[in-house]
Amino acid sequence: MPEEITLQVARYRPEQEDRPTFDEYKVPLRKDWAVLDGLNYIKDELDGTLSYRWSCRMGICGSCGARVNGEPKLTCGTFLTDYAPGPVRIEPLANFPIIRDLVVDLTDFLVKLGAVQPWLIRDEDKPVEEGEYLQTPAELDEYKQFSMCINCMLCYSACPVYGLDDKFLGPAAIALAQRYNLDSRDEGADRRLTVLSQPEGVWGCTFVGECSRACPKGVDPAGAIQRYKLTAATAAVKKLLMPWGQR
Amino acid sequence: MTTQRLYKPRISVLWWLSRRSYTLFVLRELSSLFVGWAVVYLLLLIRAVAGGPVAYQRFLHWSASPWAIVLNVVTAAFLLYHTVTFINLTPQAMVVQVRGRRVPPRLLLGPLYLAWLVVSAVLVWLVVG
Amino acid sequence: MSAIHDVVIVGGGAAGLRAAIAVAEADPRLSVAIVSKVYPMRSHTVSAEGGAAGVIGADDTIEEHIYDTISGGDWLCDQDAVEAFITEAPRELLRLEHWGCPWSREPDGHIAVRPFGGMKKMRTWFAADKTGFHLLHTLFQTSLKYPSVMRYDEWHVTRLLVDDGRVCGVVALELMSGRVEAIYGKAVILATGGCGRVFPFTTNAAIKTGDGMALAYHAGAPLKDMEFVQYHPTGLPFTGILITEAARAEGGWMLNKDGYRYLQDYNLGTPSPGPVLRSMELGPRDRLSQAFVKEQEKGRTIDTPYGPVVHLDLRHLGEKLIDTKLPFVRELCHKYQNIDPVHELVPVRPVVHYMMGGVHTDINGATALTGLYAAGETACVSINGANRLGSNSLPECLVFGARAGTAAAAYAGAAAPAGPAVEAQAADEQRRLEADLRGRGGRERIATIRTEMQTTIEGAAGIYRDGDTLAKAADKLRELRERAAVAALDDASRTFNTELTTALELTGMIDLAEAIVHSALRREESRGAHQRTDFPARDDERFLAHSLVYREADGTPRVEHRPVTITRWPPGERVYGR
Repeated sequence: MPEEITLQVARYRPEQEDRPTFDEYKVPLRKDWAVLDGLNYIKDELDGTLSYRWSCRMGICGSCGARVNGEPKLTCGTFLTDYAPGPVRIEPLANFPIIRDLVVDLTDFLVKLGAVQPWLIRDEDKPVEEGEYLQTPAELDEYKQFSMCINCMLCYSACPVYGLDDKFLGPAAIALAQRYNLDSRDEGADRRLTVLSQPEGVWGCTFVGECSRACPKGVDPAGAIQRYKLTAATAAVKKLLMPWGQR
Repeated sequence: MTTQRLYKPRISVLWWLSRRSYTLFVLRELSSLFVGWAVVYLLLLIRAVAGGPVAYQRFLHWSASPWAIVLNVVTAAFLLYHTVTFINLTPQAMVVQVRGRRVPPRLLLGPLYLAWLVVSAVLVWLVVG
Repeated sequence: MSAIHDVVIVGGGAAGLRAAIAVAEADPRLSVAIVSKVYPMRSHTVSAEGGAAGVIGADDTIEEHIYDTISGGDWLCDQDAVEAFITEAPRELLRLEHWGCPWSREPDGHIAVRPFGGMKKMRTWFAADKTGFHLLHTLFQTSLKYPSVMRYDEWHVTRLLVDDGRVCGVVALELMSGRVEAIYGKAVILATGGCGRVFPFTTNAAIKTGDGMALAYHAGAPLKDMEFVQYHPTGLPFTGILITEAARAEGGWMLNKDGYRYLQDYNLGTPSPGPVLRSMELGPRDRLSQAFVKEQEKGRTIDTPYGPVVHLDLRHLGEKLIDTKLPFVRELCHKYQNIDPVHELVPVRPVVHYMMGGVHTDINGATALTGLYAAGETACVSINGANRLGSNSLPECLVFGARAGTAAAAYAGAAAPAGPAVEAQAADEQRRLEADLRGRGGRERIATIRTEMQTTIEGAAGIYRDGDTLAKAADKLRELRERAAVAALDDASRTFNTELTTALELTGMIDLAEAIVHSALRREESRGAHQRTDFPARDDERFLAHSLVYREADGTPRVEHRPVTITRWPPGERVYGR
């Protein structure tokens, strides 16, 4: 194994340049090192001006997403040896405005997340004193997968639909809406329908399927979206046939 | 005090060539055009049959022209691709429950391909037999 | 430019979000700001794995959970606080259930519980082994429905504004723009988590630099029991990634290099094939980590490039149990250790995990400064005493987050707005940061000083300590404090300048390291996670007391002691395995 590997890291210094460029750094190539360890080595030892996000370094906080040789990845869970002898190209996630270097602007996602009302909605809340809502393991399994989203935004980076039109709600936001829709304790599906069934909602999705392939947590947002299309279509037909029957 | 200068990346017109999966996706979308052509061709055939032997002969003659053959061969390829991708994506979009348990997505593929084969066989038998 | 709110919460993890919701529910007219240096769903709560304790079983009682907690904390817990905490914990966990938390269930649909270290009954609620992740996302997503809660995502708080002993806001740097603003609030709640990153080898995320503790300490509030640092017995070598205690609760064994369940040699009971509560692998974390050091001294650990390890054996649990109850453990072992716990032994070693100490608060989260509250790992109420039990920290965030929120709401409703004095303070802080944002010439890299700090504190305030080493470390840390003040800042950009925030974090961490070392030096006894080789016995006569550490004007720490609140459980022997 060679001693070093070259990282080509995208830089964007908004005060100095109009478009991103690449800087090359040589970092030690060690068996246990993730791409993130390489970035930290650069930051600590070579160039303190490199900016990127990271925190948990165990694939659960969702901070450290970037494109590694073009593929959206969590840099803490992507290992340098898999790219030896290199060089490795590290770029910010695609489809988002770039703030600086590897840091992208996530404001748009946070707005969309709020729009799908990702919280438990009940017609009537049961007082806490009366104990838990019962939910069998099978009912839990119905939505569990979609509750695993860590908001890392790899799916948005992989989604060409979002890249072409950022009005599209996008994979994670829709999957999280489905997480609540499919929860046996939730009664808010009707309220989420308006947002989800608009043209920029599920119908924006053309089922490229890249979001599910990019997801590091096995969430399958593409599946969530297709399943919801059926729900939305059924609701639309019902409304057409029985306009008086709608709640 | 400060002005934020976000860099907004632009997507190139040829974005779909950047990854194999994107290219396959765009071809899948494109296949709809050929599905449309297959329907139009079928309607033309029906009209020719309804128009009597002369019209039918003219239709056959026209269909034998090199460019029509090329078009239909390409169409057949795209129809095949369309069908395969459609079937493969179905388990992701549909959740089938049997006795309260979710059927594993891969198991759904079997019956779909089987159904496709059966329908094709029936059609072949109708035409040839 | 400045913003005005009623309650300003620093930190968006479990405690901060719970506090925000408590304020919003107490009075929807109060404006709440959550100021966090990361997006709230990135907070370190996300990494908690095993579960959250709350009495729910028919065979369990509040009394027993209290006793487990107090004995687990080696009688350094304030017993009134523990009682309030344990009484309210089940209700808080149920509230989370009502907000949608995907708790694991029994076949009949009721909440499932699992055993946990130091607990005599099964009372740990869990969501597989991603409990913290689910709890955090549930809280964050629920917080979105309250219009009175406003967020300042990726704003780094650098100072508390104090007007004549009363805290009335913060100064914060917006990372994206480099904007420095005063954010006024009649009450301020600190919920920034612990400071595990003071140490070189920790389960803690990069963001856990103890900012809230340092802010309070700097503003004149005392820190309490800082010498009590929890080592978790099972961290992966090199990364320090946590392998949850749930792995042992589900039946995992700790083996030394001979394949021997060595915990039986350390007064923790006798081995039996299945898990036994309060025994062996389900002993408390301090005792397990200490046992590791003794094994190492006997030469019975296994050497690796990343230090000595022992083995965690999960193989006998079987693939099915591991996949349903411990899927994340399997994922982490596979990804970061390249092993499969279904078939292979997991190498583990003790790793810094949690600060029992923190900002001194009362039972409602109020600190020594009027208008300043703290909750979660940032705070020391104290319910954890000298050693926290696993699965008590998540409910602590909820119970005391809610309590601090409610108390802050009541206070803010009646408090007067900030006086003019703080505007000058805010302007001073703005000037200081503006200068640093232009970069700074200097000899040393921040990382160099940080590494020296980490090595120093690990050497002096590890699992076992002694007076001489601690005294030397105190001197070294003072020197590092001076060097950090003039370290180089290469980055002169206003946009997402993470070098500056790293430097700010470092100066705070050095303060906290000094607080830890000085508190440890003054505690001449061994209790819980604080083991002095020169004072190996517990000394209730002199040290049944909390350490309070104040920062003097020149930066040196001053340590005082105050008595522990004992109500119904007089100090006794900690008995495990019998």
